[in-house]
Amino acid sequence: MTADSSERQNNNETIQEPSPLRETWLRLLKNKAAVAGLIIITLFLLLAIFAPLVSPHDPIAQDIEFRKSPPFTRGYILGTDELGRDILSRLIYGARLSMTIGVISVGIAMIGGVAVGTISGYYGGWFDKIVMRIIDIMLAFPYVLLTIVIVAVLGPNLTNAMIAIGISQMPRYVRLVRASVLAEKESDYILAERSIGTGDFELMFGSILPNSLAPIIVQSTLGVGEAILSSAALSFLGLGAQPPIPEWGLMIASSREFVTNAWWIVTFPGLATLLAVLGFNLFGDGLRDVLDPRLKE
Amino acid sequence: MARYILQRLLLLIPTLLGVLTIVFFMTALSPGDPARVMLGERANAQQLEQLREDLGLNKPLGEQYLIYLKRTLRLDFGRSIRTGRSVMEEIREHFPATIELALVSMFLATFFGIVIGVLSAVKQNTWLDYSAMIGALTGVSMPVFWLGLVLIMIFSVGLGWFPTGGRMEVRLFFEPITRFYLLDSLIILIRDGDPAYLKSSLQHIILPAVALGTIPIAIIARTTRSSMLETLRQDYVKTARAAGIHERRVIFRYALKNALLPVVTVIGLQFGLLLAGAILTETIFAWPGIGRWIYSAITARDYPAVQAGVIIVSAFFVGINVVVDILYSVINPKIRLR
Amino acid sequence: MNENVLLSIENLHVSFYTLRGVVRAVRGLNLQIRTGETVALVGESGCGKSVSAHAVTGLLPVPPAKIEEGKIFFDGQDVLQFNEKQMRGLRGVRVGMIFQEPMTSLNPVFKIGDQIADVFRVHHRIGKQKAFQMAVDLLDKVKIPEPERRAREYPFQLSGGMRQRAMIAMALASPKPGLIIADEPTTALDVTIQAQILHLLKELQKDIGVAVLLITHDMGVVAQVADRATVMYAGRAVEQGTVEEVFSDYRHPYTHGLLHSLPGNPEYRGAKRLIAIPGTVPDLRSLGNECPFANRCSHVKDRCWHEFPEETTLTAEHRFWCWYPTNLKAEDAHER
Ligand SMILES: Nc1ncnc2c1ncn2[C@@H]1O[C@H](COP(=O)(O)OP(=O)(O)O)[C@@H](O)[C@H]1O
Ligand SMILES: [Mg+2]
Repeated sequence: MTADSSERQNNNETIQEPSPLRETWLRLLKNKAAVAGLIIITLFLLLAIFAPLVSPHDPIAQDIEFRKSPPFTRGYILGTDELGRDILSRLIYGARLSMTIGVISVGIAMIGGVAVGTISGYYGGWFDKIVMRIIDIMLAFPYVLLTIVIVAVLGPNLTNAMIAIGISQMPRYVRLVRASVLAEKESDYILAERSIGTGDFELMFGSILPNSLAPIIVQSTLGVGEAILSSAALSFLGLGAQPPIPEWGLMIASSREFVTNAWWIVTFPGLATLLAVLGFNLFGDGLRDVLDPRLKE
Repeated sequence: MARYILQRLLLLIPTLLGVLTIVFFMTALSPGDPARVMLGERANAQQLEQLREDLGLNKPLGEQYLIYLKRTLRLDFGRSIRTGRSVMEEIREHFPATIELALVSMFLATFFGIVIGVLSAVKQNTWLDYSAMIGALTGVSMPVFWLGLVLIMIFSVGLGWFPTGGRMEVRLFFEPITRFYLLDSLIILIRDGDPAYLKSSLQHIILPAVALGTIPIAIIARTTRSSMLETLRQDYVKTARAAGIHERRVIFRYALKNALLPVVTVIGLQFGLLLAGAILTETIFAWPGIGRWIYSAITARDYPAVQAGVIIVSAFFVGINVVVDILYSVINPKIRLR
Repeated sequence: MNENVLLSIENLHVSFYTLRGVVRAVRGLNLQIRTGETVALVGESGCGKSVSAHAVTGLLPVPPAKIEEGKIFFDGQDVLQFNEKQMRGLRGVRVGMIFQEPMTSLNPVFKIGDQIADVFRVHHRIGKQKAFQMAVDLLDKVKIPEPERRAREYPFQLSGGMRQRAMIAMALASPKPGLIIADEPTTALDVTIQAQILHLLKELQKDIGVAVLLITHDMGVVAQVADRATVMYAGRAVEQGTVEEVFSDYRHPYTHGLLHSLPGNPEYRGAKRLIAIPGTVPDLRSLGNECPFANRCSHVKDRCWHEFPEETTLTAEHRFWCWYPTNLKAEDAHER
C-alpha cells in the first residue's frame, strides 16, 4: 500500500525531480540530528585546521606560576593543567590530532577493506574462501582487544595506533562490499557491460562499487567517531600518543590523579572527545536514514 | 535443530584454531626478546642463550608452533614472566571478578535498555523518545574510561557514596569462597547473618558496572526501539488490535516477543564485547579482573600471560556468540522447527 | 433510517498529514450495510478502501491520519465518538477483520490455536484450556483438516489458504459477530484457493447470519459473493447499486473499465481481455473539485475538470456520479 502510493507520488514529481545528490542533501538538511552532527563536525574541523590561529596559548608552554588554575583564571578559559599548560589550547590542538587519526584510520580500513572485499566478491573461488576465513578469525577477537594486541605487537605510538584501528575496522568493509558485489555482479546491467567487453577492473571499481557507496559512506562516518574513541582509549592506556602530545585520551590519562582536586583537568578532555564522537554518530545516523531507504520510516 | 547446533559448534574449531595461530605469530614476530624481558637488562649473553634454549625459542618457528598448539590445547599456558606463577592459575583467580562485573553490567543494561527502548517506541516522536535517543547516542559516543573518572569524581570523591576502587573493603578481611564476591557475601549473610560483606561488595561493584554498562545499555535501547517500531507496523499487530485485544497486551505480549528476537543477539554480542571492554573499566576502578591483568601483562611484555589472556577472552567471545545464535534459533519457532 | 441497517458510513472524509503533504484518502464516502448482507467495496489499489475500513474499527494510525468529517453508525451508535474502551467493545466483539496477507497477519511466534484462544479469552471469562478447545472447534468450522494438530502449529507451518482460514476463524472468535470486514481476503492466494475461501465465507455468512464488507479490486470476486457493490475511485464512490445493476447497467466509465479488465469473463466477451485502464490514479494530495477520473476517462469534457459530478439516482439502490455516463440500455435502444 505504501509502496505503490509512493511510486505514484514519484510519478507526479518527475517533472521537476531534483538531482539525486541534491535531493539527498535536502533530505539531510531536514534531519535535525544530521544537521546537529554536521555542525559539530564542521566546528571541530575548523578548530583543527586553524588551531594555531584560534588557540589562545601554546599547547605545550608551561606557566609554572599558574599550574592547576581553575577555569577563567587570567585568560585561561578552561583553566590550566598540572604543568600550567592551557587546557583550551591543548584541546584545540587535540582536535587536530583526533580528526587526523580518525580520518587516516578509517582511510586505511576503507581502502584495504574495499579493495579486498571487491576482489574477493568478484572473483570468488579460493581467494574469497581464504579472505572470509581470515575475516571470521579477525572478528573472533573483540574489537578493543584486537587494537590493543596489534599495538602491543607493533609498539606503542600514534602511527601504530592508527594502523591498529584501521586493521581492526577493516573486516566490516570487506563484508559490506563483498555482499553488495555478490548481489550486483550477476545483475543485468553488469552482464550487459561485460558482453560489450568491459574489463574486470573497470566493472569492479567503475560499475559495481559505486552501487555500494551509500553504506560505505555511512559506515565510514560512524567509523571516524569510533576511531577517535579507540585512539583516545589506546592513548589512555599508554599505547598510543606519548607525552607531551596534547592527545585527548592522553590528557584524560594524566588527569587521573586530579579527580580529588582539579575537576577541570578531568572533565574537559573527555567532554571534547564525547562531543566529537557524538558529532560523527549523529551525522552517520542521519546519513543512514537518508541514504538507506530500508531503514527510513 | 540438533544438526544446526552441531554445525555451529563444529564451525568453532577452525575459528579457534585461527585465533591460536594469529596469537602465536603475533607474539613470535613482535619485536623484543622474551628472554631479555625475563632476565632484565643486566643479563649476559650466555644466560640469555641458556634461557632461549630452555624456552624452546631456538627451535624452528614451525616446531615452536606445534609445541605451542599442543600445550595450549591442554590449557597449559606456561608460567608468567612477572610472577613466575602458572598463568592458568592466575587466570582462574582473575576471571570470576570480570565475569561478575560483566554480568551485573549486562543485567543493568538489558533491563534498562529494553525498558527505555520499548517506551521510546511506544511514545515515538515525543520528548521522552527524543531525550532517550539523544541519551542513547551519547552513551554510544562515550569514552567509558573518562566516564569512570567522572563517576569517581562525583560519587566517590564528591559525595562519598561509593569507594574509588577494589572489590571489597580491606578491613573486612574477606576470604573468597567462589571468587564471585556477590555470591560469597550472600553466602556469608545467610551463614553468619552478617550483611557487611554484601553491602561492601555491592558498593564496590556499582560504579564500575554502570560505567561498563553504558555502551551496552545505549545499544540495547536503540536496537529495542527500532525493532519495536518495526514490529508495531506489522500486520499481525493490526490483527491483534482488530480482535479487540487491549493495547497494553498487544504491545507487551504480541509485539514485544517478536521485537526481542533481534535484541537477544545484540545482548549476546555486547556481553562478549564487555569482557574486552573491561580492560579500560577495570584499570580505572582497580578491579582485579582479567582485563586489568591482561593490560599489565602487555605493559610488562609478559608474553605467556598476554597470549593466554587474549586466547581466553576471544574464546569466550566466540563461544558466547555461538550460544546466542543457538539460543536465537531456540526461541524463534521458525528456525527451531525447521 | 432503515431499520435493519447495521453499518452506515456517512460523508466520511479521511486525510493523512504527512511530511510530503496532505493525502486526502477518503473524500465523502457513503455506504450502508444491512444485517446479513454482503457488500463489496471495489476499486484499484490506493483508492481508499482499506482506510475506510480502518476508520470503522478505529485502526487508523492517528496521527498521521485524521477523520475530517462524517459519521459512522454501527447498530445506531456513532462509533467515531467511542472511547478506546467502547472501541474494544466493537472490535473483535461485533466486528471481525480479515486482512490481505495471511502470511504476515498472523503472529509468527505464537501457535495458531493460542492466537485464536487469546481472542476468546479477551471476550469471554474462560480458562486457557477451554479457550484452546474452542479455538480447535472453530478451526474445524472453517474446514481446516486435523484442527487439533494445526492448532499446535505456528503460522509458517501452514499453507496460505490454511492461514487465511485461520484468520477467518479468528474473526469469528467474537461473542456476537455482526459484521466481518474482509480486506482483500483472497488477493494473495492462487485462484483455486481463492474460490474455496470465498465459498467458505459465503457459507459461514448463511450459517451465522453475519454481514460482510468485502474489499477487493477484483470484479470477479464481487460477482461471486456480493449482494451489493460500491465502486470507489480516488477516495470517492463513483457508482453503487446491486450487483446486478452494477454489472449489467453500469453508468460510470470507471466501472466499465474495471469490468472490462476482467480476465476472460464469458459475460464480457465483447471486451478484449485484460485491457487495463490507461493512466494512473491521480495524486491524492493535489486533487481539487474536479472529477478524479477525468485524466483517464475517454468521455471527458470540459465540465469534468471543474466540478465533481452530482449524484444521479436510478433506482432505490443504484446511483452514480458522472456528468457523461455510459448508458448500455440507451445505446442498445439507439442501435435498434
Ligand atoms: N499511514 C499512511 N500514511 C500516509 N498515507 C496513507 C497511509 N495509509 C494510507 N495512505 C494513503 O491513503 C490512500 C488510500 O490507501 P488505502 O485505503 O490503503 O488504499 P486501498 O484502496 O488499496 O486499500 C493511499 O493513497 C495511501 O497512500
Ligand atoms: Mg488496501
